[in-house]
Amino acid sequence: MSKRKAYYANKMKRAVHMLFYRRHKKPGVKGWELRKALGADYPKVLGILDEYLKALDLQVKTVFEEETPSEKPTLEQLDRARFYITLRGELAPKETKMIGWRIDDLAGLAVTIAYIISKKGKAPRKEVEELLREKLPGWKVGLNIDRYIRYGYLTQDENEQLYLDWRTRAEIDQKALIDFLMAK
Amino acid sequence: MQSKREHIKAGRERLQRVIETCRSVEERSLDPFLIDVNEIIKIVREFFPEWEQPEDLCLDAEAINRLASVIRLQSEWVRHRSTSLYTDPFLLEEKIKKLDKEELVDAFIQAWHPMVELEQISLHSIAESLRYWESLPPLKDRWKELPIQQVESGSATREELIKQRILRDKAFTEELENFWNELKKFAVEKGENGKVGYWDFVGAETYDETVHRAFMTSFLVTYGYATLEIHPLEEETYIVPYEKQQRQTAKKQLVSIPIAITFEDWKKWRERGHT
Repeated sequence: MSKRKAYYANKMKRAVHMLFYRRHKKPGVKGWELRKALGADYPKVLGILDEYLKALDLQVKTVFEEETPSEKPTLEQLDRARFYITLRGELAPKETKMIGWRIDDLAGLAVTIAYIISKKGKAPRKEVEELLREKLPGWKVGLNIDRYIRYGYLTQDENEQLYLDWRTRAEIDQKALIDFLMAK
Repeated sequence: MQSKREHIKAGRERLQRVIETCRSVEERSLDPFLIDVNEIIKIVREFFPEWEQPEDLCLDAEAINRLASVIRLQSEWVRHRSTSLYTDPFLLEEKIKKLDKEELVDAFIQAWHPMVELEQISLHSIAESLRYWESLPPLKDRWKELPIQQVESGSATREELIKQRILRDKAFTEELENFWNELKKFAVEKGENGKVGYWDFVGAETYDETVHRAFMTSFLVTYGYATLEIHPLEEETYIVPYEKQQRQTAKKQLVSIPIAITFEDWKKWRERGHT
């Protein structure tokens, strides 16, 4: 193995440890943490890792603090971004059960997120509850919304307005979700 | 022809209306294009030369400020509609209502890429846990039972229990009825038209006794032995005893009347020569 290859293989291992194992309360690693551990060329290390993970149907997902930059992100934007490992492809419907989701709960999450996206990223909890009550038993509606908040898909302010939170930004392709729903 | 004063008054009212409309668009998330910006600018421009007073100029500035907020909302609205994420909420809501659970989940999992995350234990946390375990005292030391004192059983007389305030020397209802009889007697002897002044009846030699009498009076009123008559303008309160206890009817709305019995009030009452 060439010296250069060994250098990147070593850095990649370190990146895998940091990205796969949870270090903080929330999963994921900040760009500046990766820079500190892997050096200034961490975006390149992540690129190689992402390529490597393709075969395993996984990917390195970058979630920027602000909106996703239209051009190549700057180092500063990358430093402030958060990096995760997510599934690259799709789960089969049967597989969702394996990761602890019931079909009702997942459908409720889909409806909630789609509705909030259509309302420019903010919707009153009451409206969302009404919408969910169409398909879910009343007693479950509040519990489900609280669960989505706990998992980090949603957040709620003091005026009971719901917003999309960090996990939605990391895991869900919002445009694709709306397109798939409208195409049904 | 409208006088200048009337013209200014009309102008103020129109600016107030502009401010209110803009505010309701902002606060109730209404469609910002409900506001005709050109029309509002025309109104502001029409009345601006008339303003001389600082309050009117502030009103003018407030209207412009509100209008600027509405224009900002209009720009945000256009930007959101132009993004690929824009979907008519009404259409989407209808769509969501029509789809069954399986179809919703099917759409969702095509857009969902769940995160991979593993819980871990590191060498550092194992070492830390071992140190904690070593310094943790055993349960038998931490949950030591409180020593139980053995006390000889014995008997107590009624007087001893009264002394210790476990029993009262009179049953409460008996005490209340005696107090009611005292009130009725007082109303006949010193009252006027069957009623007595609140302080005339409640006031006593000591402050403690006064508080006790006020406490008992509150029960007389609550249990329907008497009622209160309040003259707010004269700031006078009277107690009117009933001949027979009144049963409360569920239909009647009950009210609570707080009456403060402060030490200062009692002192003033005493200084006025009451005994």
